Amino acid sequence: MYRYDAIDRSIVAARVAQFRDQTRRYLAGKLSEDEFRPLRLQNGLYVEKNGPMLRIAIPYGQINAAQLDKLAGITRRYDRGYGHFTTRQNIQLNWVKLPEVPELLAELAEVDMHAIQTSGSVIRNVTTDHYAGVSADEIADPRPYAEILRQWSTLHPEFAFLPRKFKIAVSGSTTDRAAIRVHDVGLQLAQRDGAIGFQVYVGGGLGRTPLIGEEVKSFLPWPHLLTYLEAVLRVYNRYGRRDNLYKARIKILVQALGVREFARQVEEEWQHLKDGPQTLTEAELARVAAHFAPPEYETLPADDLCQLAHLREDKPYGRWVERNVRAHKVPGYASVTLSLKKPGVAPGDATAEQLEAVADLARRYSHGEVRVSHEQNLVLADVPQRELYTVWHRAKAAGLATPTIGLLADLITCPGGDFCELANARSIPVAGDILQRFDDLDYLHDIGELDLNISGCMNGCGHNAVGHIGILGVEKHGEEWYQVSLGGNQGNAAAVGQAIGPAIPAAEVTNVIERLIATYLALRHAGERFIDTVQRLGHTPFRDAAYQAPSHEEDRRVRYA
Amino acid sequence: MPKIIKQQRLADDEWKVLQLAENETPHTVRLPVGPLLVPLAVWRARKEELIHRNWEHHEPLGVWLSPGEGPEAIAADLDDFTLVAVHFPKLADGRGYSTARLLRERYGYRNELRAFGDVGQDQLFFLDRVGFDSFSIKESDEDAIEALAAFAAFPEAYQAAANQPQPLFRRRAI
Ligand code: SF4
Repeated sequence: MYRYDAIDRSIVAARVAQFRDQTRRYLAGKLSEDEFRPLRLQNGLYVEKNGPMLRIAIPYGQINAAQLDKLAGITRRYDRGYGHFTTRQNIQLNWVKLPEVPELLAELAEVDMHAIQTSGSVIRNVTTDHYAGVSADEIADPRPYAEILRQWSTLHPEFAFLPRKFKIAVSGSTTDRAAIRVHDVGLQLAQRDGAIGFQVYVGGGLGRTPLIGEEVKSFLPWPHLLTYLEAVLRVYNRYGRRDNLYKARIKILVQALGVREFARQVEEEWQHLKDGPQTLTEAELARVAAHFAPPEYETLPADDLCQLAHLREDKPYGRWVERNVRAHKVPGYASVTLSLKKPGVAPGDATAEQLEAVADLARRYSHGEVRVSHEQNLVLADVPQRELYTVWHRAKAAGLATPTIGLLADLITCPGGDFCELANARSIPVAGDILQRFDDLDYLHDIGELDLNISGCMNGCGHNAVGHIGILGVEKHGEEWYQVSLGGNQGNAAAVGQAIGPAIPAAEVTNVIERLIATYLALRHAGERFIDTVQRLGHTPFRDAAYQAPSHEEDRRVRYA
Repeated sequence: MPKIIKQQRLADDEWKVLQLAENETPHTVRLPVGPLLVPLAVWRARKEELIHRNWEHHEPLGVWLSPGEGPEAIAADLDDFTLVAVHFPKLADGRGYSTARLLRERYGYRNELRAFGDVGQDQLFFLDRVGFDSFSIKESDEDAIEALAAFAAFPEAYQAAANQPQPLFRRRAI
């Protein structure tokens, strides 16, 4: 993991001092609401229903045990003893008080953490694959590039007031686990003639107009990463729309110009920047990459015999291994996903005690490091197989071992109407209902892999558009209603789901999900996942089942008006 | 006389900013005496007259750009201006930051480059980095003195920009 040097530290410290001064001037009435807003947003501070919400950056989802311990303490001192991990690998605190935020940021800085550019119309936290560095299918480790991008984008003077937020994701593997094609810029590491570079996608995004990013460059050799992105950002900063908030993302510009014309303008701008001083050097890549060198792995047999015995003997353990443990590129090791999903708790929430438990697990079994996944779980990437059984017991004791990774119950949810000012409807209670109804593990395992994603409004923070089943909160006659969509997909086969029909009231959502699942179970071919069956048969059988006639017409009108 | 920040100090502002009122056109608007900062439309409409004033009467000449007016519009004329200014009608409209870098880094503009409009001390650090060296800020003259500290808000910066052509990674001791 990247370790700050004195310069990195001095920049974060200066940011804390700057924000302390800005907060002081705001509280003293010297900065107006309008003047303070962009300043606090660039420091991750929203004003939400319950007061300010602070989003803390976890760069490309990498965090260490000391940082987790610090976060645990902070949630106790400044909040209500828990935090919420987001789909962009950050963590949010929902109950902070504005006058205390500078102090909180100062504490974060002690462990090299900050909230810089976690919101606002700026380049946001760069995200990547949570299995970076431990996957057999990796072309190159994306983290050094993500760190280089973090430094370049941090306090970039030209791009501090973009038309809208700007999100970059990097994938280093042939299988995209970073959802790069629903980002403003998606970077796919690739190899050509022995050289490393990027396939560059631009203009993907969720929200009101979900779009899949299009390729603007088939191969960009890595030394040109920053100059090329600077060209992309400059074209966007100059020509992106600023008259309409909903049309301000880069995807709208790409759409308006057409991807070829957009690529041409970027290319033209790039010709001026290419080979300039921001061209990356071997020395810089080596300096940063050294921070991500693999830990010293032991030489172990490919399969640990004890662990195999436990698998045979202990069914619940076997189930957990099946869902929450993943093969590692080094023999004898595995990656473990600690689940933040369970009935009764908002998906992605972790208590202070859980944060400490994770820190402890990381210290003992995974070189002190943890990753946050965009599915809102935590990952111990480097666990020796012989420790898995112990890790399972300890994770279970901490409430982190729900064996449902990748299944329906591993659903993604945004904070929704309980916390978010922009929401049309709540999403956490909907998730809660679904988790309650689908709590039978055998049933969940039988249903198999399924992405169920929930957002409380069109902004789509819960990635509803790319869920195999998506649920979107809408408002109808002042009530909370939900639009269900089918057929979305993330990763290499990224696709935007389509609504299956009119919105339904909250009380119906779980019933509809149940009917969709029943339809799948009745119609699936052997080995087909939910999404495969949807793709083979189209929406019709699912729609018919979802909107099957309730007892009489009158009732139907009331329920589906 | 009103004050501006120039080269990180408070200074008198001698310039008059010409803004077109609704009933005025670039061709007919009266050009007051003294150092004059004209909108791009007036520069385009009255180039000869403005250059004549400048040469014959030694009246310093400047032009100001609105956010949508890119540096390309004046790139060929830069030698004619003592001052180029960029207007920020809204704090959140960041197009002027690109304009400044292009003027400095691509078109080689070396004279005074001013930011005016909805800008204040919290933007100074970035404005300075992209190449502005004079600022007509919102703060009162008293607060402006305090605002000068903003130029040193950060001890270092990662990226190359107009005031530091080498990115940090080329300067970091390895
Ligand atoms: S999707 Fe809407 S409701 Fe949910 S967090 Fe985002 S803005 Fe808020």
